[in-house]
Amino acid sequence: MNKRMMGGAIASLVAAMPVASLAQTEIELWHAFSGRLQELVDAQVADFNEMQDDYEVVSTSKGNYSETLNAGIAAFRAGEQPDILMVFEVGTATMMAAEGAVRPVHEVLGGADVGFDPDAYIGAVKGYYTTPEGEMLSLPFNSSTPVLWVNRDALEEAGIDPDTDLSTWSQVGDVLDQLAEAGHECPMTTAWQSWIHLENLSAYHDTPFATMENGFAGLGTELALNNEVQVRHIEQLGEWAQEGKFIYAGRRNEGGANFRAGECALFTESSAGYAGISDEAEFDFEVRPLPYWEDAGSAPQNTIIGGASLWVMEGQSDEEYQGVAEFLSYLSSPEVQAQWHQDTGYLPITSAAADLTRESGFYEENPGTDIAVEQMTANEPTANSKGIRLGNFDQIRTIIDEELEAVWAGDKDAQSALDSAAERGNELLRRFEQANSR
Amino acid sequence: MEKRVTFKGWMLPLLLVAPQVVISAVFFFYPAGQAIWQSLFIPDPFGLSMEYVGLGNFEYLFGNRYYLASFVTTALFSTLVTLTSMIPALFLAVMADRLIKGAGTYRTLLIWPYAVAPAVAGVLWLFMFNTRVGVVAWYLGRLGYDWNHVLNETEAMGLVVVASSWGRISYNFLFFFAALQAVPKSVIEAAAIDGAHFWRRFFTIVLPLISPTTFFLLVVNVVYAFFETFGVIHTITSGGPQQATTILVYKVYADGFVGQDLGSSAAQSVVLLVVVGLLTVLQFRFVERRVHY
Repeated sequence: MNKRMMGGAIASLVAAMPVASLAQTEIELWHAFSGRLQELVDAQVADFNEMQDDYEVVSTSKGNYSETLNAGIAAFRAGEQPDILMVFEVGTATMMAAEGAVRPVHEVLGGADVGFDPDAYIGAVKGYYTTPEGEMLSLPFNSSTPVLWVNRDALEEAGIDPDTDLSTWSQVGDVLDQLAEAGHECPMTTAWQSWIHLENLSAYHDTPFATMENGFAGLGTELALNNEVQVRHIEQLGEWAQEGKFIYAGRRNEGGANFRAGECALFTESSAGYAGISDEAEFDFEVRPLPYWEDAGSAPQNTIIGGASLWVMEGQSDEEYQGVAEFLSYLSSPEVQAQWHQDTGYLPITSAAADLTRESGFYEENPGTDIAVEQMTANEPTANSKGIRLGNFDQIRTIIDEELEAVWAGDKDAQSALDSAAERGNELLRRFEQANSR
Repeated sequence: MEKRVTFKGWMLPLLLVAPQVVISAVFFFYPAGQAIWQSLFIPDPFGLSMEYVGLGNFEYLFGNRYYLASFVTTALFSTLVTLTSMIPALFLAVMADRLIKGAGTYRTLLIWPYAVAPAVAGVLWLFMFNTRVGVVAWYLGRLGYDWNHVLNETEAMGLVVVASSWGRISYNFLFFFAALQAVPKSVIEAAAIDGAHFWRRFFTIVLPLISPTTFFLLVVNVVYAFFETFGVIHTITSGGPQQATTILVYKVYADGFVGQDLGSSAAQSVVLLVVVGLLTVLQFRFVERRVHY
């Protein structure tokens, strides 16, 4: 090959390149994962990109949940929004109220020829992200629900039968007494206190957390978290905290480190804690359903989800929306979903994925991984148990954290702490209503 | 006769001050103006609509006792940070100043912590005092003291104060050390010959002579405690337990960037601007009178 031919070859190569990239429409996905979860998302994206030639999904991590939501909002204000934005469940009301900034998923999927079937998704999962009219607003992506994690070795050391029934909080109380008597230093700890011990507690006992169907029915909602079941439960936890039976480790999932190190016997945490616990725990552990109060409400109803969903942003080209629809339906396909569910401990979002996992024998090999699914789908969700949709919810959770800390420290009793949380939270709800009523 | 250097014409002086004026306008006046403007509205996060509320955001803030409590927390926090970062710095500078051999080494070592960013310093201190794996917390436990800054408000405040002051001690040390070197040796020697012992010389001669530096550091450290300690609070306590370490600047962040309540956040930053402005004026008005240049 002489020099001229070489030059010609390079020139034609260079000329061909932009054409190749023009043919592909780029789809931007902003998510909030890091570490193992980021690797898993990147693998899904790479797989999708390889499957077809029309679209190229580019995934970018934007920090934690709050930071990702912030980045998405700032980008929208600057007209540079991504096609798909991951938003945690707490940000749902903020996104819903942003008409003109987001395009509902049912429109995106329904408008594209991808065979969209809203009934394929599990009700308890999609319910959180669906309007009262049943229209899906965002695609549930990573959803989990709280369960009780048990360190069987710790129970045995304290002379307790590790198979003892822990279905109700009264039974848990007996076990905590025995653990404390045996000199155990951390009988129980928790992660995400508001999510587990107030939001899920309410849903599980079919009691409202907020008025107007937990905020699903409108912006005029008010907190109802200071009623009988909640006060009783927080009072009990407060007593346990005073007696050294419930150890508070922090507002987020700080308690997870204590449990994984084998220091705590019982731990209320998301089912998605599975990956970390199975990886690190050097003791015999087990997953149990979240306990309930047997004599309160119609418990156990069903628990609600936490995690995040994928929102489609407004202001993109039709081609991009077609690509978004194809990517989202790829994510919803049974094989991809089943794999995701098994890798991460997040709930499957479609019944087909759940069935596929069951048929594969995964639950037999990994006992307890199906408890979260069963607990969520045990009953048809009611108005009190399909989810919570409050504006300024992140701030309201901070208020709840502050008030609960006052109970754990013994500064306030449960009733006055929850009354104060409701009063302070309602102020934020009124502000959100004011900012978003147009 | 006073002798003045004057410019002929306007162009050159204008050109010379222009860079400073432009930088101030772009990075200070424009954002500050924006904050004042936004504080009059309740916007939705996406900027799709704005409702004019006049001074409504301010009424909302000052009607909220948790916001008012944050003032007290901030006052306590900034006083503690200013004292904790200045007194040890002065002490160390005096000690290093007395050294004849190895002063350079000590000086270098003492300056190091200043290179650590506040957020990183926060993580370091959190790690030492972590209730579960922290070295210090563990030793305290051995001594029979149950350290728990996750629930104990006093311990949480103490921890964020120390973490915020630590790196700052280096900065203050540097200024104090330079000031001490500039104190004329002849004055000190004269006092020594008159029989004044070291601490007496320090309080009657050295301290008044370095007062301009002390005053400068006081202003700078108060501003630091008000604005730049955000990273430490964010990494160690996130404002808790309860509201024990929620200082004003942390609330601006939490309400604006976590809560998406941009109207309230803007109003809070305006309040903060006014508070720091007033404090600086007060300092110049009352403290500076006692400064000898």
